[in-house]
Amino acid sequence: MSTMLTVDDLRVSFPTRSGLIEAVRGVSFTLGRERLGIVGESGSGKSQTGRAIMGLTPAHAKISAKTLNFDGIDLLTAPAKVRRSLRGSRIAMILQDPKYSLNPVMSIGRQIVETLRTHENVSKREARDRAISMLEAVQIRDAGRVFDLHPHEVSGGMGQRAMIAMMLIAGPELLVADEPTSALDVTVQLEVLGILDKLVADRGMGLIFISHDLRLVSSFCDRVIVMYAGKIVEELAASDLGNAKHPYTQGLLNCMPTLGTNRHPLPVLDRQPEWAL
Amino acid sequence: MSIPETVPTAGRSRARANGWAKSILRFLVIIVTTYLGLLAVTFFIGRVIPIDPVLAVLGDRAPAHVVERTRELMGFNKPLYEQFYIYVRDALTGNFGTSVLTTNPVMSDIRRVFPATLELATLGTIIGSLIGVPLGVLAAVKRGSIADQIVRVVGLVGYSVPIFWLALLSLLFFYAKLRWVAYPGRIDIVYEYSFTPITGLYLLDSLWQGQWDVFRDVFRHIILPAGLLGYFSLAYISRMTRSFMLNELGQEYIVAARAKGLSETRIIWGHALRNAAVPLVTVIALSYAGLLEGSVLTETVFAWPGLGLYITNSLQNADMNAVLGGTIVIGSVFIAINILSDLLYRTLDPRTRAR
Amino acid sequence: MSQSTLQTTPMTCRQWLMSDRPQSRLQARLGRAYMTWQRFSANKLAVAGLCIILLLILIAIFADVLAPHSPVIGNLGGARLLPPGSPGYLLGTDDQGRDILSRLLHGSRLTLLVIVLVAIIAAPIGLLVGAISGYAGGWVDAVLMRITDIFLAFPKLVLALAFVAAMGPGIQNAIIAIAITSWPPYARIARAETLSVRNSDYIAAVRLMGASPFRIVLRHVMPMCMSSLIVRVTLDMAGIILTAAGLGFLGLGAQPPLPEWGAMIASGRRFILDQWWVATMPGIAILIVSLGFNLLGDGLRDALDPRESGQ
Repeated sequence: MSTMLTVDDLRVSFPTRSGLIEAVRGVSFTLGRERLGIVGESGSGKSQTGRAIMGLTPAHAKISAKTLNFDGIDLLTAPAKVRRSLRGSRIAMILQDPKYSLNPVMSIGRQIVETLRTHENVSKREARDRAISMLEAVQIRDAGRVFDLHPHEVSGGMGQRAMIAMMLIAGPELLVADEPTSALDVTVQLEVLGILDKLVADRGMGLIFISHDLRLVSSFCDRVIVMYAGKIVEELAASDLGNAKHPYTQGLLNCMPTLGTNRHPLPVLDRQPEWAL
Repeated sequence: MSIPETVPTAGRSRARANGWAKSILRFLVIIVTTYLGLLAVTFFIGRVIPIDPVLAVLGDRAPAHVVERTRELMGFNKPLYEQFYIYVRDALTGNFGTSVLTTNPVMSDIRRVFPATLELATLGTIIGSLIGVPLGVLAAVKRGSIADQIVRVVGLVGYSVPIFWLALLSLLFFYAKLRWVAYPGRIDIVYEYSFTPITGLYLLDSLWQGQWDVFRDVFRHIILPAGLLGYFSLAYISRMTRSFMLNELGQEYIVAARAKGLSETRIIWGHALRNAAVPLVTVIALSYAGLLEGSVLTETVFAWPGLGLYITNSLQNADMNAVLGGTIVIGSVFIAINILSDLLYRTLDPRTRAR
Repeated sequence: MSQSTLQTTPMTCRQWLMSDRPQSRLQARLGRAYMTWQRFSANKLAVAGLCIILLLILIAIFADVLAPHSPVIGNLGGARLLPPGSPGYLLGTDDQGRDILSRLLHGSRLTLLVIVLVAIIAAPIGLLVGAISGYAGGWVDAVLMRITDIFLAFPKLVLALAFVAAMGPGIQNAIIAIAITSWPPYARIARAETLSVRNSDYIAAVRLMGASPFRIVLRHVMPMCMSSLIVRVTLDMAGIILTAAGLGFLGLGAQPPLPEWGAMIASGRRFILDQWWVATMPGIAILIVSLGFNLLGDGLRDALDPRESGQ
């Protein structure tokens, strides 16, 4: 398996009035055409890791790495124009909540067409046809009608499918999915995951799946990275989850409810200050 | 895995029709109550506050039998509610009484002077929006930069400066010293008799008739007052644009737009501003209404023969019919602008369109 | 309590204020006030605004001492329309030989009088209407808010003009007219704040303890509306000053020989071409003071209400 993305010693920090806040502190991993899960609690730096790869780190943040390489392109030194042309066409991202991540005053179809026409020189007619077939690919029935709807007119599940369609229409090789199902109803979550799973497999994409849900990640990904306070505390194969060594990972696993057993008292995550060092 | 997504169309459209009926009804209630409220307040000002409205009209030297006859003619012997009923009836038919100053019916006076104010305020709003919106966008995009600071100061001064004072100084500077603009008034006396306006909006009329020299002269007269009013609306519009844009630029859909690989230009003008435009419509409408009102102070300085000058002249001569008529007309325009901006808001925001 | 803490663990005043475990209500309040002040004072422009307002108040208090000449009696014989910088008349004199500087200094009293009285009349009306409307809900809310909206839809300045025209020109009538037209926004704000606290648990707790609705509104709801109301009133001050000056300019506000700034501009208008300073000086005074209130209001909003600080 060839390596598509190399991240070595990635650091992201935000200068604030009360000092430098280090969101990501030396994260390293490599990714081929596989599914990598990044797990951690809020503020562990998992989202900022994803955004740094996308090049969507806020302008006032400081970002550094020994290597940040995508398919031979050094992302840190690449000019803004190159990075922009990568976004959407070769690296794409799915955000958490379609209620906020879709433009409310633009029809779903136009938003999908916009991605396509930004990266490919296609006619309006062709763009529309491809957008509709993309909507069908994310298993939306009556795609022609949904094409003209506005985001507020569709359910959360359908909105997230539209989001997937919008991000995958230009055929990216790497997809960063940042909590793609956390804002959805539990029943819809599995459907959307199923669609995502199928598309990633069919198109042979690399996937970085960011989530706080360890069980979800382990069932969906090949490998799992566990982050805590901006650092990777453990990296292991999804099938190996039972053998997790780090107490934080074990703690996360212990938090999961199991049927038929007495869970009193409920286990609480035990955080050691030295993990954050 | 196949997931049926069913969207009940028939039920939704029926609910939508129902919603439309409701919102139209709500609109009507708002229009009627607001207009009645406006009439009630002007009625109160004209008939209740003065100790004797008849004396206010005739002056205290009038002989007793004239006072008594006038009192009867004006209907002041009737109970207050009946007077109000007659007042509302008259106002709805456009009858605001006769102006003491001009001896014309107030309504025909207003019809004559209103286009001048309309032209001035409209041009002012156009100038204010065309400059204010880009400035606000610039300030939001370059937040914290020098440009942002300058826009902020320009806006703050606009908020803080007395409009009539700035008008005086600009006349002193641009007319008396530099001779860049024409003297106060609307049109040169040379053209006053040769030019016959159609709509009363001189810029449009002179263009329509192809009279370029008239257009040039009218433009030289209007540009200073309109530019001044434009500055005031610019102060408000740029400030609100900045605030709306900052709000939109912080939204998740902007991150998504970047993730799609769109250019910053497209993100700012196509996505963020398109969303900020929804509340901006209300802001621009409000500033338009504000300029119509602000004309009261500017028109006096520029001797601009509009509604503002008409009202201030009437004020100085205690011509209450004219003052109240003018107040009702400006109030009605305010109500109309509010309703129009509400309708425009609904068409711009798809979220309210469906409801 | 706080005293003993101070003695047992010696700490600086700043640490005591910034403590996240305040030992007394006083310490908590002072600490909060200190944090607000820190946020406020980080904004240079806001501090400048505050200085302008403080200066205005001091000038109003000491106008008698500061003014070199009488504000109403001029030297008609030898000092008419002197330009700025003339000996003894720093900002020049007007057509009646009165020292413009002295008139401006005394005029600060009128300006303060107008804004204080308008705030004292309009803010409580708005607060009461809004709090009752928000707390009562139902048809009370519907009726009160309809009335508020009707007033909001009116042209404020024109209405104030008509009011003064009917009641007769004068500074009291101008104040009443401005107050009558400026309460509706306060009612809106108070209602919005009330709605946000109405269903909170602490209000429910007070209600369970048997407090009357009157007491709840007065003691527990209204204080929550105060900070946003103060910000709004401060921001409105500039508008009030400008409206009052406009009324004065049209001859409907303070009557001569009172040194009201707007009226001073009006009287200087006749000489604008040759004696520009007569109309210019009072305008600068109005500009500075209303700029001060705008800067202060902006700073207060950012400091008291960090949510809105983007604006």
